[in-house]
Amino acid sequence: MIKPVVLWSDVLIFILVAFMAAFFWHLRSRPLTLKRWRSVFHSHTGVASFVVILFYLLIAVTDSLHYRLPLDKIEGSDDVHYSQDVRSLLDDILHDLNSLDETTYSEPFSLYSFAKINMQDDSGGVYRDYPRLASAGSHLQTEEDIHADIVQRSVWGLALGLMISLLIIVPHWLWRRRYAAQSSVPWVTAYLTLAALICLSAWALLLGQVYHIFGTNQVGGDVLYQSIKAIRTGVLIGTLATLLTLPLAVVLGISAGYFRGWVDDVVQYIYTTLNSIPGILLIAASVLLIDVYIETHPDDFQLVAVRADFKFLALCFILGMTSWTGLCRLLRAETLKVSQLDYVHAAQAFGVSHARIIFRHIMPNVMHLILISLVLDFSVFVLAEAVLSYIGVGVDPSMNSWGNMINEARAELSRDPVVWWSVSAAFALMFVLVLAANLFSDRVRDAFDPRFH
Amino acid sequence: MNSQTPLLQVTDLAIELLPAEERPQPQSLLREVSFEIRRGEILALVGESGSGKSLTSLAIMRLLPDVLNICAGRVELDGRNLFALSEQEMNSVRGRRIAMIFQEPQSSLNPVQTVEQQIGEVLALHQNIRGQALTEKVVALLEEVGIPEARQRLSWYPHQLSGGQKQRVMIAIALACEPQLLIADEPTTALDVTIQQQILQLLDSLRRQRDLGILLITHDMGVVNAMADRVAVMRHGDILEQAEVQSFFRQPVHEYSRMLIHSLPDRRHFLPASQQPPLLEVDNIQVWFAQRKGILQRIAGYTRAVNGISFTIRRGETLALVGESGCGKTTAGRALLNMEPLAGGQIRFAGERIDTLSQKAFKPLRKRIQVIFQDPFSSMNPRMSVREILAEGMVALKVANDPQELEQRMLALLEKVGLEAAHLDRFPHEFSGGQRQRLAIARAVAVEPELIICDEPTSALDVSIRSQVLGLLRNLQQEMGLSYLFITHDLSIIPHIAHRVAVMKDGILLEQGDTQQVLTAPQHAYTRSLLASVPEPIATA
Repeated sequence: MIKPVVLWSDVLIFILVAFMAAFFWHLRSRPLTLKRWRSVFHSHTGVASFVVILFYLLIAVTDSLHYRLPLDKIEGSDDVHYSQDVRSLLDDILHDLNSLDETTYSEPFSLYSFAKINMQDDSGGVYRDYPRLASAGSHLQTEEDIHADIVQRSVWGLALGLMISLLIIVPHWLWRRRYAAQSSVPWVTAYLTLAALICLSAWALLLGQVYHIFGTNQVGGDVLYQSIKAIRTGVLIGTLATLLTLPLAVVLGISAGYFRGWVDDVVQYIYTTLNSIPGILLIAASVLLIDVYIETHPDDFQLVAVRADFKFLALCFILGMTSWTGLCRLLRAETLKVSQLDYVHAAQAFGVSHARIIFRHIMPNVMHLILISLVLDFSVFVLAEAVLSYIGVGVDPSMNSWGNMINEARAELSRDPVVWWSVSAAFALMFVLVLAANLFSDRVRDAFDPRFH
Repeated sequence: MNSQTPLLQVTDLAIELLPAEERPQPQSLLREVSFEIRRGEILALVGESGSGKSLTSLAIMRLLPDVLNICAGRVELDGRNLFALSEQEMNSVRGRRIAMIFQEPQSSLNPVQTVEQQIGEVLALHQNIRGQALTEKVVALLEEVGIPEARQRLSWYPHQLSGGQKQRVMIAIALACEPQLLIADEPTTALDVTIQQQILQLLDSLRRQRDLGILLITHDMGVVNAMADRVAVMRHGDILEQAEVQSFFRQPVHEYSRMLIHSLPDRRHFLPASQQPPLLEVDNIQVWFAQRKGILQRIAGYTRAVNGISFTIRRGETLALVGESGCGKTTAGRALLNMEPLAGGQIRFAGERIDTLSQKAFKPLRKRIQVIFQDPFSSMNPRMSVREILAEGMVALKVANDPQELEQRMLALLEKVGLEAAHLDRFPHEFSGGQRQRLAIARAVAVEPELIICDEPTSALDVSIRSQVLGLLRNLQQEMGLSYLFITHDLSIIPHIAHRVAVMKDGILLEQGDTQQVLTAPQHAYTRSLLASVPEPIATA
């Protein structure tokens, strides 16, 4: 039997997903807000970027179902011992990618290592050459078959992807024809995006079984596997850190702008003080504190994964606590403006309470700022993680992250010839996520900003 | 050149909105607009907002945004087809041959450049004048547009100038390159009446001196009557009627023109003064704003926005509080709502003192005193539906408790102000300015107040809508016995609405009395100058 492991970040990601589901469920009872969200999904970009985001989220969720495998029984004992290695459902899906271990760098789709080593020929003479990779392409009869094999597997992969897509799309399409009335959601776009994503995944999985699509890294690990595993880190650090900035920024910013006077003075005092401390210094100091805490409490962190997870959450928390000032300042300024408008005066003339005025009149009218900064911060945090890894205070090195990959690229890019695939893979996956998030937020803003109507 | 050939000839101009994603069909905005302007002539293009006046002027300048398309017609300046020019040639027409001034002098001047720089820029660009000659030319221009002590004001920034002076500077910039045609897009709408009069006189004398053709875009029939040689009436993108001014006011052909002319004040009928007991008594109230200085924010002095005014409003009566912008009339209104602390004086409502009440103790009075604001676009939360907007006050003041009663009341309210039940679930941006102001009135009336403070409720509205809204306010007054404090700068509407008038300037009341008395036999010189600057109505046949 396997033993499930629940990390704190797993809990948070499930809460996040549940919250999103609850939010969209809650919309059913609010026809007016529903109408606006519908208009988000009436555009091609909105639907396509939403599907991409969902796909990333799905990967993050499957990567958050952790468990430990039982070890072989020791003779003479009935106790079951579990492996120290914490695996996730995603590891099982990507098992084939992860099982091809090499010794060092190799180029994408290459059969040979990237570094020459000393080898002995049949007669015992020593020569230097690129060694054949241990597992990539080991099924090939001759090396000339590689091109034909790649094409064949690609065709198979795409065909398989199309089949799976059809299996998902056709029933939905039929159901829609039967039960759903004419909707203006561009379903075709959604289908196409979904099919493209499924085909790409099927292709990558099928080819990844026998080749390294994005090459291998310094210790011979598959780069594609690494960058897919990093999705969870990226999605989590982006969302958690931004969500942590929100309460502080919103509460302090709006109350400073609305109540003014001494409240404003206090809030301004806090954020100017915080702003005058260099951010990196503050973060580095906090991260070092966390490291000390982990070292002095070894009993609480017996598994590597648990320790990495704790450090990761602490990092999210610290990032959130140190970066709320920008949004707070924006919200204060906007609230100062909005609270001077006639409809706020009108509400005051009706004797509406402060709390109600803030929630009904001010919050919705500064919401676009919150939304936009949510998405901008998202990408900023994904990048901040890379910067922090660079100075050695980022996520645990045992955790896959785009930041760690980019950090390694520092050495790789200065080699000759250049090792370009690691950073490219991290860049490509990060780029797609950030682009989708930006496009989606654009649509949301257009739908919710009254100036665009 | 012969003065009979027109300076500007617009023939069958048509503009459409290009089709977009959500609208597959192009939408026609302007149809077969034709008119001409001769040298030294003022053509007034009259119409309400959205009628296509400004579009026409932008089309002449070829400054239309990309989504709009000129689909037919010709515009000829001195016989030259402007639509056939290249963009570069057009650039030399703009500013040099045709110049434009806008409604809002505040936002048309660059706040970080001095007057000299802004006027000089145009001269240096188009006429290549430099150095001392440039300064002399700028001074001459400023003097021409009537800015006193022009030489000293060269180094002034826009914020140091008054609204009227800013508009004069705008005119100076427009005239800098000696254009033949001036397009004035609502040049006086944002200005006070007395200033409006001065600017109009300036434009009139300029066209005589310079033989300038002026396309005057306005919605104010008073301005048309005082200024224009000929009128073109526009509505929904069509020109309904074109005529000489005298014959237009004597015998308007179109029904719509007749209605526009009718919107001018009638100074022969006045509302009788009320004999009811007083509802609101204001006794010598003062509102001062502290001016703070230095690091410790010590109070260095006070701005006396309202400096001791007294008046009474009886039940079922309207008191018009008249004054120009900055005279303190809005602050006085806010003080009555307990939104500004008083520096002195007393306010009594229905016999009880209300100025000393705390916010909490004032709450029952919020039901009895309500407010309607000037700008119907900022007075409603754009993110709330009409239902939420109307319900907010009723729920907060516990006027209606169960949802059914609330619903009933809202439907009744909408009917009362001339809107439909279907409007309940719409959002403010889906309504026109007039409809929004009706909603604002419905919101105020919802809690069944006794006094409504109307802060310029009609000054952002078109003339025809203005009279409808005033009519609605009058009907509600008769129906519900409401009292109004009607804050306005527009003397022309006072006979329609007010029983009594109080004239305010610099925080004090100069004169108050029955409407008839104040408007026909003003005592104070300032009241007389205000009245004199209202464009005279014409006795229509």
